[in-house]
Amino acid sequence: MFKKILIANRGEIAVRIMRTCMSLGVQTVGIYSEADKDSPHVAMANEAYLIGGPRVNESYLNIEKIVEVAKTAGVDAIHPGYGLLSENASFAKRCQEEGITFIGPSPEVIAKMGSKIESRKVMEEIGVPVVPGITHPLSDVEEAVQVAESFGYPVMLKASAGGGGIGMQLVHDEEELRKVFAGNQKRATDFFGDGAMYIEKAIVNPRHIEIQVLADQHGNAVYLWERECSIQRRNQKVVEEAPSPFVDDELRRRMGEAAMKAVHALHYTSAGTIEFLVDENKNFYFLEMNTRLQVEHPVTEEITGMDLVEQMVRIACGESLGFTQEDVKREGHAIEVRIYAEDPKTFFPSPGTITKLVLPQGEGIRHELAVSERSVVSPFYDPMIAKCIVKGRDRKEAIEKLQEALAAYEVEGIKTNIPMLREVAAHPAFLNGDTTTQFVTQHVTGKK
Amino acid sequence: MSQITASMAGNVWKVLVQVGESVEEGQDVVILESMKMEIPIAAETSGIVKEVKTAEGDFVNEGDVLIELE
Repeated sequence: MFKKILIANRGEIAVRIMRTCMSLGVQTVGIYSEADKDSPHVAMANEAYLIGGPRVNESYLNIEKIVEVAKTAGVDAIHPGYGLLSENASFAKRCQEEGITFIGPSPEVIAKMGSKIESRKVMEEIGVPVVPGITHPLSDVEEAVQVAESFGYPVMLKASAGGGGIGMQLVHDEEELRKVFAGNQKRATDFFGDGAMYIEKAIVNPRHIEIQVLADQHGNAVYLWERECSIQRRNQKVVEEAPSPFVDDELRRRMGEAAMKAVHALHYTSAGTIEFLVDENKNFYFLEMNTRLQVEHPVTEEITGMDLVEQMVRIACGESLGFTQEDVKREGHAIEVRIYAEDPKTFFPSPGTITKLVLPQGEGIRHELAVSERSVVSPFYDPMIAKCIVKGRDRKEAIEKLQEALAAYEVEGIKTNIPMLREVAAHPAFLNGDTTTQFVTQHVTGKK
Repeated sequence: MSQITASMAGNVWKVLVQVGESVEEGQDVVILESMKMEIPIAAETSGIVKEVKTAEGDFVNEGDVLIELE
């Protein structure tokens, strides 16, 4: 086992990873920006190092500085968490060159799956269904129009290097495509340093369902069932649950097998997630692969009883999984909601100081957070301040616990999306499991 | 004279107008970036830009004056 791990992240995920490291008897090294000097992850780490200014490119994205701290502190390994450098192939390679284990897959696999075009090619080659689209970057708007016409509108315009919410736009007709193409291309260049754009056929009213995988360095791999993450705002997930109310055993098996095919073809190691769009007829299409720990990993932990961070650490250490697909259990139902510092109606950010924080308590209620009363929620980082995860014997019980938990939450000083989450948790469509990616537009904001 | 202020704390991502330019009510004049979201700030009245009090990359607090119109 490693002796000392640097956690190249902040907020709740840094705290979450440190918790597992402590249980494994591994020393932790934290890093922090000037804006985070009073953050819980700094206090929790065995050692913590200031690495720069509040903006992420001055601190949490500064590869050289992080590697320097890792060497100074004498760590064996780095866990990147999610976001920030977690899917940065150069960072993973740099760790490798310095003799520090990167807790994640190889730089080559990260690079391949980080490109939407490359990852589609891989999936097409091994027979995993992909959404109809192109595998070469668009040269200009004229080509975009031509391609869109061949698929039929609506289409999804995407930045090759973009993430879930940024660099992606639903386009309904040619006029709209001509209007937005240049702006999106420029934004992709500004945000990601890569203006490559491509087009996919838009799957109308789909569900977002993903398969969690684990694979070791000895060729063993398992899938840990699915998570449904269809309820989103601004293309970012808000509610995630496992199992999906839409997936039957047959679909679960088919999606799991497709995920395993991808894992073996890629010689993937570590935890990873294969995201699919699923249409009303239960056809599924590969969307992207996240080569890291996901924000919503706790719902999988709750139904399988596994600690995914521990599994990642053990795999990076060279240990075998030690169990097979038949050993992976599935018990009960778990739901996670993300608490965002934002206006619940407009979704506009709401940075500020938390003046009151009361968390719901009780059996089957889990929190992942790194804020407390008097915490300053900075405008420099993601708006997510906490995650609340509930578990019940079945979906009905899990929803009841969620409703109780959300009713008991008290957050003052900043606006949060808790009122919106309460509305979702009580909505008949949610209770019925009618959860598509259009849920928020159709049932929450759209009706107003 | 009227002032256009920041409706939230964040970084100035784009300044869309220059001194001397005329703007219409509702026209976006600055784009702020906060918590990985871009928020356009619009003029509440029409006028001529007298002074641009911020620059791209600046950090502003809620209520800070971004643009002065006359």
